[in-house]
Amino acid sequence: MRLERRAHVPLHLVILAPLAAVFAALLLAAGLIAAAEVNPLTAYGEMLRGALGSRLSITEMLTRATPLIFTGLAAAVAFRARLWNIGGEGQFFVGALVTAWIGHSLGVPGWIGVPLLMLAGMAAGAALLAGPAFLRLRFGVDEVVTTLLLNFIVILFVGLMIEGPLRDPLAFGWPSSVPVDGDFRLPDLVPRTRLHIGLLFAIAAAGAVWLVLARTVFGAETRAAGLNASAAAFAGISLPRTIMGVALLSGALAGLAGSVEVMGVTAGVTTTMSPGFGYAGIVVAMLAALHPAGVVAAAVFVATVFVGADAMSRATGVPSFIADVIVALCLLTMLVALLFTTYRVRR
Amino acid sequence: MSDAIDLLMNTSLWAAVLRIATPLIFGVLGALLCERSGVLNLGIEGIMTMGAMSGWLAVYMGAPLLVGLMVAAICGALMGLLHAALTVPLGLSQHVSGLGITLFASALAYYLYRLIVVVGETPPAIEAFQPLDLPVLSDLPVIGPILFSQSVPTYLALLSVAVMAYVLARTPLGLAIRMTGENPHAVEAQGLNPIRIRIGAVVAGSALMAVGGAFLTTAAFNSFFPGMVQGRGWICIALVVFASWRPGKALIGALLFAFFDAYQLRLQTAIEGVPYQLFLMAPYVLSIVALILVARRAEVPAALMAPYRRGER
Repeated sequence: MRLERRAHVPLHLVILAPLAAVFAALLLAAGLIAAAEVNPLTAYGEMLRGALGSRLSITEMLTRATPLIFTGLAAAVAFRARLWNIGGEGQFFVGALVTAWIGHSLGVPGWIGVPLLMLAGMAAGAALLAGPAFLRLRFGVDEVVTTLLLNFIVILFVGLMIEGPLRDPLAFGWPSSVPVDGDFRLPDLVPRTRLHIGLLFAIAAAGAVWLVLARTVFGAETRAAGLNASAAAFAGISLPRTIMGVALLSGALAGLAGSVEVMGVTAGVTTTMSPGFGYAGIVVAMLAALHPAGVVAAAVFVATVFVGADAMSRATGVPSFIADVIVALCLLTMLVALLFTTYRVRR
Repeated sequence: MSDAIDLLMNTSLWAAVLRIATPLIFGVLGALLCERSGVLNLGIEGIMTMGAMSGWLAVYMGAPLLVGLMVAAICGALMGLLHAALTVPLGLSQHVSGLGITLFASALAYYLYRLIVVVGETPPAIEAFQPLDLPVLSDLPVIGPILFSQSVPTYLALLSVAVMAYVLARTPLGLAIRMTGENPHAVEAQGLNPIRIRIGAVVAGSALMAVGGAFLTTAAFNSFFPGMVQGRGWICIALVVFASWRPGKALIGALLFAFFDAYQLRLQTAIEGVPYQLFLMAPYVLSIVALILVARRAEVPAALMAPYRRGER
């Protein structure tokens, strides 16, 4: 028995793989829910109800999905070119911090300010990933470790800023940065909920990334760099330029996640504003098989798990960490499922 | 400034260096063993978390401390087996699988902790390892309190360095492991099975990582809380590169690193007016600097991250 690479991956397998992965992950997690002496079906039912059961819960879920679409796109873009950007979390935070910092005292109308702040957040995220990309290209330093370590450095830096120069004197309890000016708060998408138009930005970003990857020379170059770097170089593609371009795009998307989250939801920056959006983005990208359209669907799924698990935990007493377990299992099961889409078993 | 120099003269600083280095020594040895056989194990951060939780939990439920370390090792080995199963026979991406293991192992550790332990205002604590004064040796001036008044896991860590160095450099098993990391086809030609060697190395390495995590909850502190590994696993991955995949150098790297960590902790109180976060950043910045310094002359195992499939070049 041996594995043989498929020349062409049929569409039904592309769609089936993530569904099978999710099913397997839910099946495995059911064992852990049963260990908590709760019927897994009841628990999953509560989860669905908690995330999709009412107008309010659906908007909460979509609010949670918005940053995940951005960080998922960031990971998908990078992984396609085999640039292992694990620093989405750090890029999210620098994007958020820069947005709050500039947005606090920027004296321009909202319709100019919001795009400007988004650009600022993108620039900050891109700059943060440019460093590790440069170190890899110039010195051969593995970007996995540098981007991971930068996450810790950035969170400490955020703590430093919001307890020092950017401290909000009006915030009680936990330290928070100064908020963005009211003019730069994103309008609600559904009145009297937290859902803001950032969701539309995220979907537009997915469309734009799809266009860039599928219809531009740069997109073709990133794919070539990811599939076979030496062949790509032989074909005349400048690998350093492609990798750096991918790094800037990926970092910008993760930075944009933080920027939009600040303008849409939190107004100020706290060290706890992200429940691991950067890391979850990696799972989103993998579940989407690195495809921009799939990222939107996968982000909605992951957000459903997270929002639903909180409600399920309140109703049944199963620890809400089950959400993290399910999401992590999805990454592993998807990895196995991808094996069957890229290879076929021959006897 | 003289305060900063006085601190260096203090034996308690140097004793703390060994204590802080202990989890790093276990972690870096574990990562080194995996990588020497050709498998990158980014599961380390989660495996250390799992070790920290499971080792602590065993002691909390009544097991002796040494049994706690063994339970941690077994849980780590199981996580390692999962990583090995995905990356060695199936040849899946070692990056993605490792990250998946880290996310899974830490989430599972937190979930089980919340499920089994009732957490009140403060996390429940256990009776942790106490420093063990070795007879005669611990009475030696200066080096006595630094080297011979440590807890049992610290002595174990130092012993592991010697064992690892000996096994890798001087035994047929070590040769087979190193060869699998350099050229698995040559191993196959010798009639050995590179798949089995890799699985064994990843399982054993992961057990070591988990013991490093367990040190945090059974010796350094006496309770478990989420996020307590704090990137130590990633620092170990950086230290392996810094050590050029050699156990002796790994020990030096871990000690050097722990020295800066212990020193910054004391400087925080000695120097006023500097935000404490800047000191806390130092270990992570240092790891990146170390990676840059050695990157040019790193002697990477030739087959690291290259999946091995029989009859496929």
